[in-house]
Amino acid sequence: MCGIVGLFIKDPALEPELGRLTAGMLEKMTERGPDSAGFAVYGAGVAGQTKVTLRGASAEAIEETVADIKKAFSGAEAALHDNHAVVSVPTEDTARLDAWLDEESPDTEVVGRGTRMEIFKEVGLPADVAARFGLSTMSGTHAIGHTRMATESAVTTDGAHPYSTGKDQCLVHNGSLSNHNNLRRSLRREGMTFETQNDTEVAAGYLTWRMQEGLSLGDALEVGLEDLDGFYTFVVGTENGFGVLRDGIACKPAVMAETDQYVAFGSEYRVLADLPGIGQAHVWEPEPATVYFWER
Amino acid sequence: MPEIDLGVTPLRELNGALHKLPKDTNETHWVIDNPAGGHAIAAGLDAPLTVEVNGPVGYYCAGMNKLATVQIRGSAGVGVAENMMSGFVHVSGDASQAAGATGRGGLLRIDGNASSRCGISMKGIDIVVKGSVGHMSAFMAQAGNLVVFGDAGDALGDSIYEARLFVRGGVKSLGADCIEKEMRDEHKAAVHDILTRAGINGQIDPSEFKRYGSARKLYNFNVDHAGDY
Repeated sequence: MCGIVGLFIKDPALEPELGRLTAGMLEKMTERGPDSAGFAVYGAGVAGQTKVTLRGASAEAIEETVADIKKAFSGAEAALHDNHAVVSVPTEDTARLDAWLDEESPDTEVVGRGTRMEIFKEVGLPADVAARFGLSTMSGTHAIGHTRMATESAVTTDGAHPYSTGKDQCLVHNGSLSNHNNLRRSLRREGMTFETQNDTEVAAGYLTWRMQEGLSLGDALEVGLEDLDGFYTFVVGTENGFGVLRDGIACKPAVMAETDQYVAFGSEYRVLADLPGIGQAHVWEPEPATVYFWER
Repeated sequence: MPEIDLGVTPLRELNGALHKLPKDTNETHWVIDNPAGGHAIAAGLDAPLTVEVNGPVGYYCAGMNKLATVQIRGSAGVGVAENMMSGFVHVSGDASQAAGATGRGGLLRIDGNASSRCGISMKGIDIVVKGSVGHMSAFMAQAGNLVVFGDAGDALGDSIYEARLFVRGGVKSLGADCIEKEMRDEHKAAVHDILTRAGINGQIDPSEFKRYGSARKLYNFNVDHAGDY
């Protein structure tokens, strides 16, 4: 199962509503994914600064880690969200921050990084996860959310989506890949590392590897149609937009709606039912094996 | 005439009330507002009712329908009128995957497009789609008629048995054992009859359709193909 929601805002007047609308959409997908939930929000960014989303074992643990980071990195800023924190450092300091985390706080996970992207995910019901991190108060240009019903690996925070595929890039997935073990082995030979037995992490790693090899995200998705075997609907986020790809059989559901104000994605129409102006929206199902992209 | 607002009345309460109606009920006309894409709305009806649903519905709307007329003013999710036995289901918008799947009787009319696997494993239902149908439509279709005003996607009628497929537009590709067949007068009459029952006769000349059906080569194992497996 699993549920996916996505909202890409075209009209800046709607940007303050991004978090509230996404939280409502995410909760609608509880029946499709009650095990864990997560979301990526593309909010404000500052040129030259990188936002690193960190996850600690607890709210107290991450608060302590953030206090230490602030001591070690002058100019670092941080926003705490329960057991996650978004730390903003000058981009040239990110490698040093990684090294510092490995050394000083090995239990802290890097969930994602980018100029604008923040990622939050946790086990639990979607409404609870959204409330923990304060999704409804967030604003931005686009957001992608996922509710997970676990099939291919355990119910853990590491098994929750979205998966980061690179700077300002993330992936959510509904479906199951059948060749993920083989592909994981191949990618490990190429130098990629994986934390879980999860199939989506392999898809994310695959796209990251393809892009490291020089492909654009769109081209990486295109060649992925050949290399990724199984059922999938992917929604990917980039700094400026989002993309959708369904496998050639298109078993996994997908509905989209577009108005002058937004483009929205839902695993089911229910997700879209409360969006403003939905009655006049163009509503359609994305075609199989076709890469869709919206950017602004 | 009961008018039910699904924003207020729980869906199970509505479906429970519809299921309790005897076949000779006087409450034959129901209006449902605010469906908001909910699943299994008006599924399992078994009385000569008319149910109007004002807005888009989710999965399996009017599934297993017997005798009833269900009018959906909006789009329908996966499996609209799935396994319909008799009656009439009319979608004014688009339908998602597997519209009319496994249907044994009755008539399903879709004014917009139907996506993949429309009429999969149909067993006697008649389906009219005024738009186009997606890939793998009429997969393993056994009996009944699928009439498509627009185009059909990949692998139309794959592994088809004895259902008849009438497509007015293009067919992206035919599935295994599905071939184009001659459109004879009896087939034009059949299309005319279906369009009449769907309430849209006179809009399209039945002779504009092409007919597709089974080549009947998959019915029996062919030893010459043993090497293919």
